[in-house]
Amino acid sequence: MIVASLAFYLFAFIAVVSALNVIFQRNPVHSVLWLILTFFNAAGLFVLLGAEFLAMLLVVVYVGAVAVLFLFVVMMLDINITMIREGFMKYLPVGAFIGIVLLVELALVYGGWVMSPQAEALRLAPTPDITQIDNTEALGRIMYTQYVYVFQAAGLVLLVAMIGSIVLTLRRRPGVRKQNISTQVNRRKEDTVEVVKAPVGKGIA
Amino acid sequence: MAEFVSGYLIPFAWILGKILLFVVPLLVAVAYVTYAERRIIGAMQMRIGPNVVGPFGLLQPFADAVKLLTKETVLPTGSSPVVFLLAPMVTFSLAMIAWAVIPISDGVWISNINVGILYLFAVSSLGVYGIVMAGWASNSRYAFLGAMRSAAQMVSYEVSIGFIMICVLLTAGSLNLTEIVNAQKGMWFFLPHLPMFIIFFISVLAETNRHPFDLPEAESELVAGFMTEYSSMAFALFFLGEYANMIMMSGVVTILFLGGWLPPVEALSFIPGFVWFALKISFCLFLMIWIRATFPRYRYDQLMRLGWKVFLPLSLVWLILTAGFLIYTGRVPV
Repeated sequence: MIVASLAFYLFAFIAVVSALNVIFQRNPVHSVLWLILTFFNAAGLFVLLGAEFLAMLLVVVYVGAVAVLFLFVVMMLDINITMIREGFMKYLPVGAFIGIVLLVELALVYGGWVMSPQAEALRLAPTPDITQIDNTEALGRIMYTQYVYVFQAAGLVLLVAMIGSIVLTLRRRPGVRKQNISTQVNRRKEDTVEVVKAPVGKGIA
Repeated sequence: MAEFVSGYLIPFAWILGKILLFVVPLLVAVAYVTYAERRIIGAMQMRIGPNVVGPFGLLQPFADAVKLLTKETVLPTGSSPVVFLLAPMVTFSLAMIAWAVIPISDGVWISNINVGILYLFAVSSLGVYGIVMAGWASNSRYAFLGAMRSAAQMVSYEVSIGFIMICVLLTAGSLNLTEIVNAQKGMWFFLPHLPMFIIFFISVLAETNRHPFDLPEAESELVAGFMTEYSSMAFALFFLGEYANMIMMSGVVTILFLGGWLPPVEALSFIPGFVWFALKISFCLFLMIWIRATFPRYRYDQLMRLGWKVFLPLSLVWLILTAGFLIYTGRVPV
């Protein structure tokens, strides 16, 4: 078990260090790269907990998709680093307030888990035997039975957000030539080519 | 002390040995894929190809490696040196670690995890980082344009790859790669999923930035894309990583659709599984090289259209059809 706890401390230490680096790096692109390292170590912690499905999803969704878009956007921003530093004290109260709110919420979640009687019942509920059923299947069973409506609602919220952002960025620009495959395919020889016998010396009007 | 040796040291050495047993042949294979590519394309274009170094030019890849090793590593001014040197390492190691879960024969693997296919999907979706980091850190317009193209391209084609993987998972009833291969006894999945097999193969070409989708390094417009500023060993790592990725994705195609290590007919099962696995991977690689010699490069907007407006809806519809068929005929594997 020594190896397992060593691995835990390794992942936890790197996660904390890289999370701090996300804040303290001067270059925003470096910040995002540290953020990716943080995600990785969180995934490592999930693996140590035996939640390998969640670990892989974390890597696929956050590292493989969300962070790529982050990186994409941050790279294209032309940020003046000294100007960010000047605003540091100005935004400190707001940032500190948000941090405190998050901390209180986390404390409430943890307190609820420890003290609430419903949580007590949840904790005592029989967990499926790990030799019988792996946790991917266990997750699927609970998500598509007990919480199916909440799950679908979450999907709908994401769909609406996606459509919203597409509508916001969609604009028709005049003068842009786009390829329209169906008109290209539907073009017939009669529409475009005309064979004309040109009289000598006169040409075609 | 005895417990330490038997409990930690020996398993550690065993795992290390297994990793070496996978990685060393893989590196040799990578070297010879580059050689094979030059020879095959040469033959297809009625040229000779490399034939001078060693018998039939067989030592050509090693001559190239020595040449690259002895060159100077150039760091462009204004670049971010750590990220610049990290990028090829990321690309190369990602192409290697994917092999941790790939079973090359019945019971021959480094690790047999429950979520093997998700692991492969995760690793292949990380491949974009090496390229994006390289493009940004080079502090060059061409490299940056190549990186942007590549990021958009890889993210787009991952979506259809994900859906196609889910189709296969539904049919096999497991996320474990060994069980997916075992579920193909009787019929390899490329037959019932033929349209998806074709789409998956094309998406693999886009994911590995191969022709005809090699826009990130389109030499006629972007010099060498994200590799423009790289030289010597860093360039060699990118190059090796790209070819190792080709072999890895061919392995994924083989496991998902071509029955992994299974022989085509039962009578041929006296030939060991890893030979079949290698043969099938070689077949996929040959297809990739053949396509490179045959097709012209796609235009960027056509590439995006193909990914989002053709492959994504098709694979989504096929997923629904697969699920519907399995439930309707009562064949859902538990």
